[in-house]
Amino acid sequence: MSSHSAEPAVTTGWTGRLRELWLRKLPPEKMLPDTQPAYVASWIYVFGVLTLSALLIVLISGGMLALKGPSWWHFSATGHFVNSLHLWSVELFMFFMVIHLWGKFFMAAWRGRRAMTWITGAVAFLGSVGTAFTGYLVQQNFDSQWISTQAKDGLNASGIGAFFNVLDFGQMLMWHIVLLPLIVGVLTIWHILLVRSRGVTPPIPLRERRPEPVHAGAAKATDARNDPNGSAEALS
Amino acid sequence: MTSISQAEQRSAPPQPTRHYDIVREFVIAFLAVAVLTVGLSVLFSSPDEKPVTVASWAKADPNDFVATAASELAGASDSAGYGPPYNSTTGASQQLGPLKLEQWMGVTHPVNSAQDFVLTPLGSIPNDAALTTALAAYHGASATQQQTWATNYSNALAKAPNGDPAAVKAGDYGPVPVLTGRLLNLAKSGGLDGALQAQNGFYSTDYTKSLLFLSDGSYLGNLADAQHLSGDQWGMMNETGNFPGQAWLWLYTFWYQIKPFSTSSNGDALVWGVMALLSLLFILVPFLPGIRSIPRLVPVYRLIWRQYYRAERVAARRE
Repeated sequence: MSSHSAEPAVTTGWTGRLRELWLRKLPPEKMLPDTQPAYVASWIYVFGVLTLSALLIVLISGGMLALKGPSWWHFSATGHFVNSLHLWSVELFMFFMVIHLWGKFFMAAWRGRRAMTWITGAVAFLGSVGTAFTGYLVQQNFDSQWISTQAKDGLNASGIGAFFNVLDFGQMLMWHIVLLPLIVGVLTIWHILLVRSRGVTPPIPLRERRPEPVHAGAAKATDARNDPNGSAEALS
Repeated sequence: MTSISQAEQRSAPPQPTRHYDIVREFVIAFLAVAVLTVGLSVLFSSPDEKPVTVASWAKADPNDFVATAASELAGASDSAGYGPPYNSTTGASQQLGPLKLEQWMGVTHPVNSAQDFVLTPLGSIPNDAALTTALAAYHGASATQQQTWATNYSNALAKAPNGDPAAVKAGDYGPVPVLTGRLLNLAKSGGLDGALQAQNGFYSTDYTKSLLFLSDGSYLGNLADAQHLSGDQWGMMNETGNFPGQAWLWLYTFWYQIKPFSTSSNGDALVWGVMALLSLLFILVPFLPGIRSIPRLVPVYRLIWRQYYRAERVAARRE
């Protein structure tokens, strides 16, 4: 029979410290907020969650294809439909992600210690391009034959082809369904946690011109007061 | 880029907030994208052009097949003189300025075009006395003689009407016409597809040799050209039929359309070098002076946050 103490638990051990760190960086009100800044009022904000939704459908439809194996969709009407779901969700995923990316660029969304949020998103985009590319290579049809025989030249010329052989169906399938989704998945989770932790980027201050700096230190202090989230520095 | 201190952040005035339901937003977005995906799939389906087999190539374009087989024996095909990672052909590697990346990585997927695509498959055909004699004659000749025979035959095929082997004029071809003729028969029967793939073992999923042999011929390229998939047709971002392909590869494809990339013998290495540099710059945008200022100079942000700025102006007038 266990006993419970009314006193607050003392944080000990790796587990306790990890919990403390997690709650400090990502308290429940940040992870699952029920309020947000009033300036978050544009359709551009929708494209982040649309990208995430499309990614989940990509993973679900890809998982269904994986259940029956890579050749299934060539011989089954159901399989072909699932392949269509996979294709169109990828097209939507990339479409939403590109709009999300351009939106964040024009919002200078890296301001206020959010550079890592931009970096994880940018690398996730490049990883997604690689994942989609390997998907085209493992279609087992004319398209994959042509794409692989053309793509080999660039990869070989850069030395990558020595260990990443686009003519090897088995190797490309593993990259497509295991390694690259893992990388994109980890980056996506990291990206989302950073967004939740740092909050939504505030608007760029409306200033016709920057204040004339008296000296470097004074200019920095002035900018910081005008721009509480560090936006002026990240744009200069 | 610099960041402000925690004390400065704490001194920031509190921002007005409004109600928000993140779970509801996600569920609605997910359902909307799911419905859109199903709708597009029902309406447009997805392309599935059947793969080319060596058998279908040999049946559809036997002249091209025989010309390719002869070029493999002559060492004149693309794959025979490719260089790393398939073989060590001198001077075949591309380089990026002083960086000989292709050469440095070496031969990691060895391919001997004549042996792997022609001679080894022919060696698996039983009970053919003429073929056995032709193979013995070929193997018994010097490498120079072998190449002379194959080159003579390749040149003669190029001059024959439609490249028809039956229309080739008599010449010093040795056993090469017999070898290529038997390989054509093997290919038409479907046996060459299996023979090429079986070289890697029963469970092989590596199609390097089969695909290299297919791409050495003109048949695959002609089919791709008809489907607007060639390099000079922005083919890398296209898909068979009228389906959208990898539109996100537009920039990568773009470089192949302009000089010096389109004409340089190091074009692939140059394109990859440029794309690697641009990718790095893309990742590091927050740290690049000038680039990170573009959002302020191109005031799309005024459109995005127009409600906020309007409210700010109203508040300023009241003060």
